[in-house]
Amino acid sequence: MSARAPLKVLALHAAVLALLFAAQFALPPYHHTNVARIMVLAAYAIGYNVLLGYTGLMSLGHAMFFAAGMYGAGLPVYYLGVGAAGALGAGLAAGVVLAALFGLLALRTTGVAFLIVSLMFAQAFYLASLYFNEVTLGDQGFILSQRLAPLQAGGATLGFHEPAVKYNGALLLFAACLLVSLALRASPIGRVLIGIRENEERTRLLGYDSFRYKLLSLTISGGLAAAAGAMYALLFSYVGSTFASILFSIYPLLWTLLGGVGTTLGPLLGTGLMFYLVDLASGVTSAYLLAVGVALVLLVLWFPLGILGTVRARWLPWLP
Amino acid sequence: MTFGPHLLLALLEGTVTAFVLAVTALGLSLVFGVMRIVNVAHGEFFMLGAVLAWVCSSAVGTPLGGFLFALVAAPLAVGALALAADRLILRRIEYHPESTIVATIGLLYILQQAVLTLYGPEARPVNPPVYFTLAFPWFGYSGYKLVVAAASALLLGAVWWLLHRTTLGLYMRAAQQDLEMAQACGVPARRVYAMVFALGAMLAAAAGVLVVPIQQAHYLMGLDPLLLSFIVVIIGGLGSLKGTLVASFVVGLSDGIVSVFFSPTLAKIVATLLVAAVLVARPGGLFGEGRG
Repeated sequence: MSARAPLKVLALHAAVLALLFAAQFALPPYHHTNVARIMVLAAYAIGYNVLLGYTGLMSLGHAMFFAAGMYGAGLPVYYLGVGAAGALGAGLAAGVVLAALFGLLALRTTGVAFLIVSLMFAQAFYLASLYFNEVTLGDQGFILSQRLAPLQAGGATLGFHEPAVKYNGALLLFAACLLVSLALRASPIGRVLIGIRENEERTRLLGYDSFRYKLLSLTISGGLAAAAGAMYALLFSYVGSTFASILFSIYPLLWTLLGGVGTTLGPLLGTGLMFYLVDLASGVTSAYLLAVGVALVLLVLWFPLGILGTVRARWLPWLP
Repeated sequence: MTFGPHLLLALLEGTVTAFVLAVTALGLSLVFGVMRIVNVAHGEFFMLGAVLAWVCSSAVGTPLGGFLFALVAAPLAVGALALAADRLILRRIEYHPESTIVATIGLLYILQQAVLTLYGPEARPVNPPVYFTLAFPWFGYSGYKLVVAAASALLLGAVWWLLHRTTLGLYMRAAQQDLEMAQACGVPARRVYAMVFALGAMLAAAAGVLVVPIQQAHYLMGLDPLLLSFIVVIIGGLGSLKGTLVASFVVGLSDGIVSVFFSPTLAKIVATLLVAAVLVARPGGLFGEGRG
């Protein structure tokens, strides 16, 4: 599909990124921060979508990769005074290593057993972040703003508390993740992954080692999630075990389902809509997670393709 | 206390945990074995059982009366709820494995948040129906916990009887072995599926009723039993009832020992590492039917 209309596809993605860049000059402060948050979380959802949408593996444990990135970035800043670039690198590395190790174990199972195992290991990671609370400070968490040195760029000092730094840092991360997912989808590796999603048996018959490809997909997916977690820690200055809880494994699933599984822009759309829906609901009731539950059931019953998945099926078959 | 009494306490705690866990996990395992679906809302059925037990015991004056009332009413109410969920959600998506998981995650949040709204965020205690202490030379042990273990054993026996001595049990085993063949022989698959889903939920609710005098009723209490049940069915092998029972005791006893000597949080982490070890050695679980 993307081979037939590469220009259209590139133009669409460039337009979305340009729109997001331009929006920072028009948005009022409250929504300015929200959109920055949404972009970081959408990067997380893009990572999730690599595994679910392109490879057909559903995980209920991605919070451990997001949190690994968060702690991987946050702990060195907090205890060692590491700079932003080093912290991002450390967070990414933590997520990639964890995802690869987890994959070596969990990919020995197939089907629903993989789902259960992912949920279980993520919960063990969460409990470990509570258990070692002398280091991680548990669910109370810790704040980075006092310890994180501002960026120096061409004589200008860019502090992480400035809204423009938050917004453009988030946009940079989102753009990078979006391009990775777009490139992956068009690459030969991406085609093998989609082959595994559609029919793993047949892909193996063609001579592809499906275990290796699934491990690669899981590692990329975990790496993107960890990059998002690391960036979240730096930009929003907080690291806590809440981000490792089961809810943060469910969120990317919900965002991806709502936006459209296996579409490149679906994660952004789903994250944005759900973010504002939860925001609205939490203003009305303390039981705002009801919105999450109802949305999941409604999506499964009546809207399994999600928004962009439906758009692709009905009107725009070239949509990646 | 010295090591010996400590170990005795750990084994007692572990045995009680194991029995309750066996009842809870058996519900999950039955549903998976017969219907080939994973019910992520299973822990919420457990939580509902506990919360309904609190409701029943506050409605009835005496602890014993309230407990017996709850032991009958709570599983029935939860079973009816499960029947409704089966009819309104699961049947519509034709029990597709991944859609079912997403739907039951949704159900998890709906039930949990409904309880938060109607019952509130507090943890509320329920008085045990019988109160006596087993006096060991080193410590006194709550006799009610032994009642819990005995009642759980009775429930496990009842499930065995249902599976092997009734027509419904025959249908269930037939559907588990070969659904198409069973249907061809006249097994009413839809009704069997609905009954199994309700039965699984009722087992979880009964475990919740039994546990509430020990644990207090709270709207977030469903997550731990869900996690432990998952650990048990993966170690025992998805769909194997014998594996579920054996693994319940492995996990329950190790949970008791690590909880008493170290901490309950570490116990859950250790149990997960146990799963990792099983996955390395036997990916299908101890009694599984091959891979996955």
